[in-house]
Amino acid sequence: METITLSSLIPIFPELFLAISAMLLLVIGVLKGNSSTRLISWGSVIAFAIALLIMTKGGIDTEPALNNMFVQTSFTFFMKLLVMAGLITSITLSVQYLYQDNIIRFEYPLLALFSGIGMMLMISANDMLSLYMGLELQSLSLYVLAAIHRDHIKSAESGMKYFILGAISSGMLLFGISLIYGFTGSTNFELIGTTLANELSLGAVIGFVFILAALAFKISAVPFHMWTPDVYEGAPTSVTALFALVPKIAAFALIIRLLFIPFASLHDQWFQIMWLLAFLSMAVGAFAGLRQNNIKRLIAYSSIGNIGYALIGLVAGGEAGLSAVMVYLTLYMVMTAGIFGIILCMRRDGYGVTDISDLAGLSRNTPWLAYPLAIFMFSISGIPPLAGFFSKYLIFQAAIESGLYTLAVIGVLTSVVASYYYLRIIKTMFFDEPDDKFDSTIESSRKLIIGLSLFVVVGFIFNPSPLIEISANAVRGLF
Amino acid sequence: MELFEIGLAHYLSLAALLFTLGVFGIFLNRKNVIVILMCIELMLLAVNINFVAFSAHLGDLTGQVFALFILTVAAAEAAIGLAILVVLFRTHGTIAVEDISTMKG
Repeated sequence: METITLSSLIPIFPELFLAISAMLLLVIGVLKGNSSTRLISWGSVIAFAIALLIMTKGGIDTEPALNNMFVQTSFTFFMKLLVMAGLITSITLSVQYLYQDNIIRFEYPLLALFSGIGMMLMISANDMLSLYMGLELQSLSLYVLAAIHRDHIKSAESGMKYFILGAISSGMLLFGISLIYGFTGSTNFELIGTTLANELSLGAVIGFVFILAALAFKISAVPFHMWTPDVYEGAPTSVTALFALVPKIAAFALIIRLLFIPFASLHDQWFQIMWLLAFLSMAVGAFAGLRQNNIKRLIAYSSIGNIGYALIGLVAGGEAGLSAVMVYLTLYMVMTAGIFGIILCMRRDGYGVTDISDLAGLSRNTPWLAYPLAIFMFSISGIPPLAGFFSKYLIFQAAIESGLYTLAVIGVLTSVVASYYYLRIIKTMFFDEPDDKFDSTIESSRKLIIGLSLFVVVGFIFNPSPLIEISANAVRGLF
Repeated sequence: MELFEIGLAHYLSLAALLFTLGVFGIFLNRKNVIVILMCIELMLLAVNINFVAFSAHLGDLTGQVFALFILTVAAAEAAIGLAILVVLFRTHGTIAVEDISTMKG
């Protein structure tokens, strides 16, 4: 057992800093009450920004910290960067919404902050124990966030549904971990990896399948997606934005790390499972989305479908496949941020509206909301030359290079089907009879986020190489 | 008596049985959300039996440490579950499982 020195803690400094600032902000919140919500929101944003700086200073490929339970590689660095950027975005988006919808509670940004610490811990986990603790910190904060609008019938219900299904998935994860521990004699990722490479027992495979099922719950891959539409619809819109932006990226990073470090020798087993998950997610995401009228529910099915595409890249594997996954997740996050920035502006007479028909005639009422939304919709449905097209292209290219022709063809077909519901939104905005105008009080920070996402989505056409190179570099840190 | 000697397999069977009971309890129960919370607890405790049995069998302490962590998290999870349940009862006026279905599709 090594002793803990300050320099051995360098890789975990960002998390430590976030934890300490979360507790300080909690004290401020308790002392000053709900009137400090705005202060604490911006405080959390600043805490994330400082943690980003600390992480950049700390560098990558340092020694594992905390008795080999926590690692920082270029892969975890990139994924944590995405998580922090996503959380900064979603907290920024939510400030005005909290005041408009009268959910003025200082716990809101703090729960987002705690869930962020959990996600970062789980991305960097190098041991089943730290994985479990990170995952639970994340999930427990998110259950509360879903139910935070506690006078609202749907919010409470979505919180309960999310809690029950999330708890089942944690139970399955633990059962899997216990079997892996029993049959390999260790909880450390590398040790599990070497043991499994030497001999493969049936118990370990069963445990592995349990773990995989639990993580499929977290990324809402079909057939473990039942919670997603209800939770997305019921939770307050700003919480839905957070759910759509961040936790899936963290869970996906965890899946990649698990599949390529401890369970690399089980490739034949997980290949088929992931293939099936990708296929089902794409199909359900495309077809079930067709008959949705609520835009939050629609985004839920869209995210299920998009996870399917990202899983193709994972199945393809290798450097090309994984870096395609990372480009895909990044651009998906950017587009979703923009889309939610606009959905949060959908308010009439002080109430949020979330039906697609409420967007009717938006191009004539508020063209400066309609045109960005149209661009995001074109992009997410994969119409060239926007960013969403390139991210899908990279995925399909990786799939074809590794011989996954069936999966690539299914992917193209389902993305054609899914483009129907994206284009339907554009049709509603541009060709339907105008409805009443939306309320026009929109905070400048939200405009900034919509503008930034638009900049990335359009700018990616002109200079795609930086993002692609960064993700390729990050993937090299994995092997 | 060889027959009555309790070994690893017995503990594992017991844990698997309890775990399955927990999972089935959640999906078959149509009455009460509190029963679901109890079933979740049952699942987590079944896993603890697994961990402690493996730990004793392997002569390695990690499993028991893990079990302690699970106990702590399970307590936090139960607290949050009950808190959400109270919120749910306030808005719905009931905690019957079949009444919690405002959203469908």
